[in-house]
Amino acid sequence: MSSLTGYLLVSALIFSIGLAGALTRRSAILVLIGIELMLNAANLNFIAFWRYGPNAQALTGVMFAIFSIGIAAAEAAVGLGIVLAVYRHSKTTELDRMNSMKG
Amino acid sequence: MNEPMTPSMIAFSPALRILPEILMTLTGVLVMLVEAVLKPRTSRKPLGIVAILGTLAAIAASVYQLFLPAGTAFFGTVQSDAFSVFFHLVIGCIVLVTLLISLDYFEGHTSFVGEYYALILFGATGMMLMTCSVELLMVFISLEISSISTYILAGYRKRSATSPEASIKYFLLGSFATAFFLYGIALCFGATGSTNLYEIAKGVADGASPLLLTVAFGMMLIGLGFKVSLAPFHVWTPDVYEGAPAPVVGLMSTAPKAAAFAVLLRIAYGAFGTAIHIWMPLVWIMAVLSMTIGNLGALTQRNVKRMLAYSSIAHAGYLLVAFTALAPMGIAAASFYTAAYAAMNVGAFGIISYLSGYNEARTSLSDFAGIARRHPVAAAAFAVFLISLIGIPFTAGFFGKFYVFTAAINSGNAWLAVLGLLNSGVAAFYYLRLLAQMYMVPVEPPREADTAHARPAFILAMAILVLAVFALGIFPGRILDLARAGAATFSGPANAASQTVPVALLRR
Amino acid sequence: MNVAIFILFALLCLGGALNLLLQRHPINSALSLIVVMSSLSVLYLLLGAEFLALAQIIVYSGAIMVLFVFVIMLLNAGEEERTHGSRAAYFAGIPGVLALFAVLAGTFVTLRLSFGGTRLGAFLVTTGDLSRVLFRNLLLPFEVTSVLILVAILGAVVLARKEH
Repeated sequence: MSSLTGYLLVSALIFSIGLAGALTRRSAILVLIGIELMLNAANLNFIAFWRYGPNAQALTGVMFAIFSIGIAAAEAAVGLGIVLAVYRHSKTTELDRMNSMKG
Repeated sequence: MNEPMTPSMIAFSPALRILPEILMTLTGVLVMLVEAVLKPRTSRKPLGIVAILGTLAAIAASVYQLFLPAGTAFFGTVQSDAFSVFFHLVIGCIVLVTLLISLDYFEGHTSFVGEYYALILFGATGMMLMTCSVELLMVFISLEISSISTYILAGYRKRSATSPEASIKYFLLGSFATAFFLYGIALCFGATGSTNLYEIAKGVADGASPLLLTVAFGMMLIGLGFKVSLAPFHVWTPDVYEGAPAPVVGLMSTAPKAAAFAVLLRIAYGAFGTAIHIWMPLVWIMAVLSMTIGNLGALTQRNVKRMLAYSSIAHAGYLLVAFTALAPMGIAAASFYTAAYAAMNVGAFGIISYLSGYNEARTSLSDFAGIARRHPVAAAAFAVFLISLIGIPFTAGFFGKFYVFTAAINSGNAWLAVLGLLNSGVAAFYYLRLLAQMYMVPVEPPREADTAHARPAFILAMAILVLAVFALGIFPGRILDLARAGAATFSGPANAASQTVPVALLRR
Repeated sequence: MNVAIFILFALLCLGGALNLLLQRHPINSALSLIVVMSSLSVLYLLLGAEFLALAQIIVYSGAIMVLFVFVIMLLNAGEEERTHGSRAAYFAGIPGVLALFAVLAGTFVTLRLSFGGTRLGAFLVTTGDLSRVLFRNLLLPFEVTSVLILVAILGAVVLARKEH
């Protein structure tokens, strides 16, 4: 097993664990944490593919990962803001309790 | 400078390639600056007018871009061509009409109107950038700009319980989709060694690992599928459309979708153009599922906003049918359909925002009973939009569907067109049910004071949309030519760089 | 040596991720996420992305996680409830996740053939190299990111301030 495969498998595992978290957790904050894991898995992929890929000097993978960290930070800030806004109304962060819409 | 200097590139600044985006951003900043100076209690209408003027300037700038030779700028990150101009115009017009509808909507209800306009302008910047990016990094960043601003806009009726709830559901599923999209890009990068769409196209043609490419495309499709609410990734749509303010729903059910479909077209036909067999089966499945689930779901809804949410899933499915057609035809059909769909859907949600008021207490089917008697003009406009959504001749919806299904039949996918037509038949039932409620059911005395009265800006917006619906249905020629010119830019990077956009198109 | 470090931190990372998934209290999950982020940054170091490794620690473990912990504390979010919905999510979600993992792992393992010969490039990426790419080739994405940050700031203002 080459070491690239090792990194990719780690990334696949982290992505799957994050996905499981995002799908099965009921608290909005925990779902958000699961999504953060998925984004990190993608970053690990970028770095691994960059380092073992054909054109490493172009730095594409690293750059993508740097941007994605910045974007994830902005997204998390907005997400937590939305969680706070919802909490102010319904006094809960549990998604199952947010059921004012039915159809 | 590593970039090859062609004669046309020396002649003008690369900033002209993103002129509409620059104008939108500057207007957004201006709105924010003025907002800070205005007194808290004063009307924010001037800000809305500034935003409208900025959008008009951006639309004019997009038209101006038609006169530039198609080509890339900023080290191959963006490309302006007839395709990007087409989607710029669609998005620009949607934003313009949405701003007109919103001008009086929030008056006296919230103290964040300035921020509202700024968010729409910045979001539109992101959507416009999506359509002209040929580098997945740019696509990703601009997708995030458009998404984050719509997450916030969805929660704008802060006093109601449903609006923040819609916002968080939209946010969580949207970020979830973003993660899939990002992972797909990473795999695509692994398979081809680049994130530039032209480099990816080269890698795909040179036989990069087909397995990895399939998984990569699948994950990007899941990501974009969530954003455009294709089944089976549509679960968020009804709740979000029900909870978000109606003018915002009109915007977010059309503009970000148009941008995401433009990205999907660029990825599918541009980057993966030589590997159609990879993505065609996935597109078939999603088109069939979206049409069927959307229409069957809409049949059971009693809330008009939810009904239109399911109908938008079905329309995304019709649009995806165009993807099964061969390159230039399919792209042109899909582009035209986004324009037609935008005109009728923004209109429908605009009328709902007017009839059901700020608190949206009157959105169930029975609330629309006899509305034709109380608001004859609004009801007539609503009827036009619904008839167009059904796809009756002389409206935008008819010609959009006609063009999509013809493209599918010509490419040997007649069964998909038949399935689409059957679905349109089912769809006619629930649209007609709403029309019957409006026109046939006797007038009930309104349960509460019906204070709705139309303002000039709103009337102007609706007039534009009704005209657009008829113009696209009766004289589709010019728009169709632009869509075709956009589709022609896909014939390859060499062509795209040297091709001059048919200027004759404008002078006709 | 490198292999040993890789295995150690990959296991630490996966352990942290699993712990995150199984913990029911948000604060425990958030703290395990810090373990995951930090061990990932060691993996980045191993791959020769020094700048990114440090950015990962500063931005993720530093800024984002503080934000998470802050919000959890502020809302005093308790243990997650076990509801009917969560059981349904388990039945639908877990098979889907396993299927996706099988697809990804299968793809990566068969890839070995096409990538087997590649060796780790022996070069050092300096911050100078990074900035040359960032501020020249990727100037436009960099500038556009500032619009994104502006949208996020606007969003935070709109969401956090009370309506008066």
